[in-house]
Amino acid sequence: MARIAGIDLPRDKSAEYALPYIYGIGRTTARQILTEAKVSFHTPVRELTEQQVVAIRNIISDKFKVEGELRTEVNLNIKRLMDIGSYRGLRHRRGLPVHGQRTHTNARTRKGHKRSGGIRK
Amino acid sequence: MPRSIKKGPVISEKLVRKVEELNKTGKKRVIKTWSRRSTITPEFVGHTFAVHNGNKFIPVFVSENMVGHKLGEFSPTRIFRGHPDRRKG
Repeated sequence: MARIAGIDLPRDKSAEYALPYIYGIGRTTARQILTEAKVSFHTPVRELTEQQVVAIRNIISDKFKVEGELRTEVNLNIKRLMDIGSYRGLRHRRGLPVHGQRTHTNARTRKGHKRSGGIRK
Repeated sequence: MPRSIKKGPVISEKLVRKVEELNKTGKKRVIKTWSRRSTITPEFVGHTFAVHNGNKFIPVFVSENMVGHKLGEFSPTRIFRGHPDRRKG
């Protein structure tokens, strides 16, 4: 049972694919961590030794911002944009796309499900 | 992709001169500007700019965490009144 960075414990997957279950770690960072911890990418999580788990844990807590801490940072950045009244902040407030995409159609990820009335027949 | 650091930020020279002048004399005055593309530098903090949005000038009071943004970001150019009704009236 490998428990890294709080709550995360994927199991039957290889280390390379299990680490990205942690918020803030993708494939690239996962590989960097494993290389540094001298663990093969393909080792299944259940076969990781205790020392290896500790090594991985230390690398993550030393070098990366993950999970809650990272989420807090992202939210603070968004809040800053909203507080200074910038265009990007306004878009966040409205729940509309921030990077200049079209909103006449699409943009459903930001806008959520279709609501009838006004928008379409 | 952001602008190359090598080139430095875009700031209208006129604006810089006006701000320096104000900083030197310690006066506060609204600076009218059309230069929406100018980056806000730390010297701008505490001044009020009237930034043109194509129609009128929007007053923008520059605070510390606006540094690094452009003046235009604080002066919206569009008023959104909903998408056009597709059904013919």
